[in-house]
Amino acid sequence: MRRILFLAPILLLVLVLAGFGVGLRRDPSILPSQLIGKPLPAFSLPPLSPDRAGLATTDLAGEPVLLNVFASWCVACRVEHPTLMRLKAEGVNIAGLDWKDEPADGAGWLGQNGDPYARTGNDRTGRAGIDMGVSGVPETFVVDRRGRVRYRQVGPITPEVWAETIAPLMAKLRAES
Amino acid sequence: MRRRLLIAAAVAVLGGAARAVTPDEQLPDPKLEARARAISQELRCVVCQNQSIDDSEAPLAHDLRVLLRERIAAGDTDAQARAYLVQRYGSFVLLRPPFRPETWALWLGPLGVLAVGGIGVVVYFRSRAGGPAALNAADEAELDRLMATAPEGDD
Repeated sequence: MRRILFLAPILLLVLVLAGFGVGLRRDPSILPSQLIGKPLPAFSLPPLSPDRAGLATTDLAGEPVLLNVFASWCVACRVEHPTLMRLKAEGVNIAGLDWKDEPADGAGWLGQNGDPYARTGNDRTGRAGIDMGVSGVPETFVVDRRGRVRYRQVGPITPEVWAETIAPLMAKLRAES
Repeated sequence: MRRRLLIAAAVAVLGGAARAVTPDEQLPDPKLEARARAISQELRCVVCQNQSIDDSEAPLAHDLRVLLRERIAAGDTDAQARAYLVQRYGSFVLLRPPFRPETWALWLGPLGVLAVGGIGVVVYFRSRAGGPAALNAADEAELDRLMATAPEGDD
């Protein structure tokens, strides 16, 4: 009994430290998405310029797709951009959502850096993004054939994130009917 | 002097409260505006997570304040307006977390720790307060016998 009493606080301390050890390694800015397993909220967004294709929810069904939320004012998007260009070259289906941005600025940004998107919608007011629970850019939603969100990436898709998390998931989604 | 202090205090307090909300965001109806204000003070800004959307100057907080006011103006109840944002950003945006299975640890955890500590303290003092037991009649008799037979002049 005495031994238990003596060991209990030490055990408790170890447990608390383990809790901190796990908790402090997690990024608190990454909030769980409310959309996992659910269909994307409906939106229909105009294109960045008349010669481009806009983006509606209905465009995102049929094939697994990455819906990448970006903006011309977003610094981290510049970091992510080369990876997206590489993925496009590899044949990955990517749609773009230009969030809280002027269409001309978004079009200029893509003209300057290259356009990795099959279609791009301009969400000038940011409402479509808010409906998806976007808290910043870049964010990327992995959408399956049936238009349901299966994964959300907060922050840039780095080559590591792609190789370790998203590529295996996309392969799995392609195998689904 | 006193009046100046009062004015300075009022500016400090009210000025702080009105920092983030700009006049063009506010609803013309003061009643609706007051409701929107009260709700937004209890919604967390997802960009600067320790501020409410009422306090935060983040662009997204501005958008959410405007959105919330639109919902209120469109006739949403307070609960509906709050649920609208929770549906999008999760119950993490509620600065006053609801009491639900996933938040039981949050609400009851401190009480649990207190209870464990309390039990520990009680057990500790119990084990100390016991001490040697009092003598019973047989012990007393034995003691008397020993005292009577003890050799004298020894002490």
